[in-house]
Amino acid sequence: MQLNREELIKAYQGMCRIREFEDAVHEEFASGALPGFVHLYAGEEASAMGICLNLNDQDTIASTHRGHGHCIAKGCDSKGMMKELFGKKDGICGGKGGSMHIADLTKGMLGANGIVGGGPPLTCGAALTFKTKKTGNVAVCFLGDGASNQGTTAESINMASILKLPAIFVVEDNGYAEATSSDYSVGGNIVDRGKAYGLHAEKVDGTDFFAVHQAAKEAVERAKNNEGPTLLHVKLSRVYGHYEGDAITYRLDEETKDIRDNKDPIKIFKRKVTESGLLEESQLEEIEKNIKKEIEDAVSASKEAKYPVESDLLTDVYVKY
Amino acid sequence: MSKKTFRESINEAIKQEMRRDENVIVLGEDVAGGAGTKGDQDAWGGPMAVTKGLAPEFGRERVIDTPITESAIIGTAAGAALTGLRPIADLMFVDFMGVCFDQIFNQAGKFRYMFGGKAVTPLTIRTMYGGGLRAASQHSQCLYPIFTHIPGLKVVIPSNPYDAKGLFVQAVRDDDPVVFFEHKMMYDDEGEVPDELYTIPFGEANFTREGKDVTLISMGRTVNLCNQVADEIKKDNISCSVLDLRTLSPLDEDSILEAVDETGRVVIVDESYPRCNVATDISALISDKAFSSLKAPIKMITPPHTPVPFSPALEDLYLPSADNIKKTISNILN
Repeated sequence: MQLNREELIKAYQGMCRIREFEDAVHEEFASGALPGFVHLYAGEEASAMGICLNLNDQDTIASTHRGHGHCIAKGCDSKGMMKELFGKKDGICGGKGGSMHIADLTKGMLGANGIVGGGPPLTCGAALTFKTKKTGNVAVCFLGDGASNQGTTAESINMASILKLPAIFVVEDNGYAEATSSDYSVGGNIVDRGKAYGLHAEKVDGTDFFAVHQAAKEAVERAKNNEGPTLLHVKLSRVYGHYEGDAITYRLDEETKDIRDNKDPIKIFKRKVTESGLLEESQLEEIEKNIKKEIEDAVSASKEAKYPVESDLLTDVYVKY
Repeated sequence: MSKKTFRESINEAIKQEMRRDENVIVLGEDVAGGAGTKGDQDAWGGPMAVTKGLAPEFGRERVIDTPITESAIIGTAAGAALTGLRPIADLMFVDFMGVCFDQIFNQAGKFRYMFGGKAVTPLTIRTMYGGGLRAASQHSQCLYPIFTHIPGLKVVIPSNPYDAKGLFVQAVRDDDPVVFFEHKMMYDDEGEVPDELYTIPFGEANFTREGKDVTLISMGRTVNLCNQVADEIKKDNISCSVLDLRTLSPLDEDSILEAVDETGRVVIVDESYPRCNVATDISALISDKAFSSLKAPIKMITPPHTPVPFSPALEDLYLPSADNIKKTISNILN
């Protein structure tokens, strides 16, 4: 563990913020307060934080339909995000995007994405910008095991490989593409797919923040040293269903219990840092308390915030038309 | 000013914009050609040689030959546009859009709106369209109505070399994603084209002929067919306006309505499939906003509702023809 105290605190804050955010969304959705579709990231926090703590605001990420965690990890404002989910005017995208299209370009967050496999080609584009302008930045693409089967992913990994782009493809394999197991839907294995296209590819334990952080650190270094793109197959679990409202009948109860008891990256992180004496339990509890309050405030502020009005309907389609 | 072909005018526009702005790059299949070979490193310049000469001048870092992976080409261009470059992506044939459409209409076309007005996506997609080359069903379609349908995209379709250069420069400089349609039968068409850079604004249709009896409305290659008809029927004392739309999105509604007001008779010539195409769209616009100005029913000349046939005998029957336009004009005047 080469992380300093400040970085560890940042990691824990980020993971707790994601979890609290998602738990709050889970509750608000169940109560009928939230419109639309939401896909929760709870259980996958170590991936987003482990990757994004290696990035700066000029590095970019492309995300997925399950994007809240990526957004928070990349520094998007949780209150602005919550307002966006409620469809409010001062949401992070003016209420025009919603859960699946949260973006904050000033933070290098190029958008959650409603299309499975939508992000990989865009990541090549951001990486091409960095390569062309010689900025030394990195473009990261989060995608799921479902998207790993999309043609766009194959095309993009090949493109990144032949153009030697500073790109990292993070395949978050939570075991299920919607209601279908990745054991069933993925032919061969994801690491081999990356290697077949000439990428450095490795499997990473997504319940272990430190493993993800280390793998990402090396991938970022490779990208910055012009050693080409990396594929990380991050194995993890989602706590909730594919979307809110999913009865998760395809997953046995004992599996869900096992995920909550044994595969929770926040619990695992907490145990590691307290047992090794890197952080005090009381410190972590203080963080938990503060984050809980932050998200509660975000929810109440979102409920009170104003909706967009009719004059907002026609704006933001074009720069000029 | 000198005579240039449609091909040369676009080539010149790209070159001059690349010299002016280092953020302009070109990518696509064989935009240079010869990558990874021991042979000519500017082997093709695209299948119609429109981008010939770019790689030697600007290098392969800015003129990027890609694999045949259309989603990755368009997505790469869209992502690059979103992060600070001004890419020109070459999609070769518009028929290939089927394998990359998501990146155009769900990604590039919607960034700005979905992200609450914060995104700028200065992307130009060049693509070839249209029949006449005996290229059959998968290399001859028009498909511009599909792109016109999508909010967030701009659709440009020049009819001559002068417009091609001015509209192309505008497309590159434009901060919204633009799909630029080039008819594959027009590359050798010649016209006077200034050597210097100039732009033609989007959303400004152009009257290529002025007349008082009938208005022909068209876009791209069929504008020239309309011009030809207008010139030929003068001898029959029929005075014909021709309105070249130049851009389908934005659409110059004012010029269309002005044209209807002046003649009261409208024939729309559109090479795309007849259902939900530009002709039906304009016809609906006129019916809605200028019905009382009409002296005759609006007529639409389009191909039939079939794929584009291969056989020269069939393709000639399929495409809009001067004879067909003339007969239609004659019908609505009587």
